[in-house]
Amino acid sequence: MSDQEKEPMFSAKNFKFFTAPLADNNPITVQVLGICSALAVTVKLKPAIVMALSVTIVVAVSNVVIAAMRKYIPDRIRIIVQLVVAATMVILVDQFLKAFVFDVSKQLSVFVGLIITNCILMGRLEAFAMANKPWPSFIDGLGNGAGYGLILVIVAFIRELLGSGTIYGYPVIEKLGVYKAGYENNGLIILPPMALILVGLIIWVHRSRNNSLIEK
Amino acid sequence: MKQFSNRYIFIFSTVMVASVATLLSLAATLLQPAQERNLEIEKKKNILESIGVAATRGNTVELYSKYITEGFVLNSKGEPVEGLDAFTIVLRNEQKKPIEEQYLPVFRATPDDGERVIILPVEGKGLWGPIYGYVSLRSDMNTIYGVNFDHKGETPGLGAEINTSGFEGMFPGKKLFDNENFISIQVHKGGADPSDIHGVDAISGGTITSKGLEKMLYDCIKKYNDYLLKNRI
Repeated sequence: MSDQEKEPMFSAKNFKFFTAPLADNNPITVQVLGICSALAVTVKLKPAIVMALSVTIVVAVSNVVIAAMRKYIPDRIRIIVQLVVAATMVILVDQFLKAFVFDVSKQLSVFVGLIITNCILMGRLEAFAMANKPWPSFIDGLGNGAGYGLILVIVAFIRELLGSGTIYGYPVIEKLGVYKAGYENNGLIILPPMALILVGLIIWVHRSRNNSLIEK
Repeated sequence: MKQFSNRYIFIFSTVMVASVATLLSLAATLLQPAQERNLEIEKKKNILESIGVAATRGNTVELYSKYITEGFVLNSKGEPVEGLDAFTIVLRNEQKKPIEEQYLPVFRATPDDGERVIILPVEGKGLWGPIYGYVSLRSDMNTIYGVNFDHKGETPGLGAEINTSGFEGMFPGKKLFDNENFISIQVHKGGADPSDIHGVDAISGGTITSKGLEKMLYDCIKKYNDYLLKNRI
């Protein structure tokens, strides 16, 4: 570790690893990774939040493991090693949840498979953890999980409100009495294509406010 | 990045695979008893929910022995089979056998309102994986008393809605038979007519799961046809 300068744990540089993925380097809207799971879990807010938390934990922990091993991982089989580490993490977490917090594990059932295939996970392991120390990698994992979760929650909020008329299961539209005025939930919103269109709209707004993101 | 020799790569991958395998099998073996206990509680909880008893993980075992009075097993002709425990029969394994050799579990229960109900387990295919549940029938062996559905991995917000009270709440009072003919329950896309005693609403965006559920109910309950007709009032 002597080839790099020692720096404080909460330096400005480390802080940037956390904030950059929230906006200017957002995994969904800028790197366009993890779109598949973003479409699948954003019909309601609750699964979106559960998924965001799971991905954050798995990305952060796998990042640390890979960063700690990075000098010993042979270059030619690095992708396989990353995949093995990520899959092991996910399976271990799943086994523990099944044994000790069964209710959470039931909610996560469908996500476990989705986490392993999430491109953000492999993307961060390959692009960041392979070249950085464990602590910055941990922060990078948290930041990317949070950036992913932020978009998930925005999309899920819109889809749940317009598609099912609820927010986190609470029947807002019904309580406001809008149904009596002839309003109906939009069935199209709960289908996957609308999630893609919503993500597209977010990317559009994001780029129109930040010109540096537009490809030349 | 420095170059590694082939020998290093082979040793590295062997050690990695061996240690991961050890770790995972250790975890699986050590955690198995706790997981199986959870699955047993989950099954009892689902059976209780089909007769409208909401149990928590803590009181499930106690409530189960209070409400579920009996479990027995039928053969495909609807005759009782001795010496088998209805609770330990795995429906998925039974469904792989030819119909004549399948065992059909039945549970009897007495909910608080004094109705004597029977509970039939059902299992079928959703969009991504298995869906399963319990259907309880009133003593006329025709009217649905309550249902409980669950799934392995249907899409949250779409197919996964089959285990919400909004969907399950449409089943009580629906009828399985029209005179002697087994009709089962149909799901209707776009909403069922409320006066339709054999129909419920399908789930928007969850058509394949809804249709799978319809097929599951038909296929599984039809096997009990003879028993239900024989014992109806």
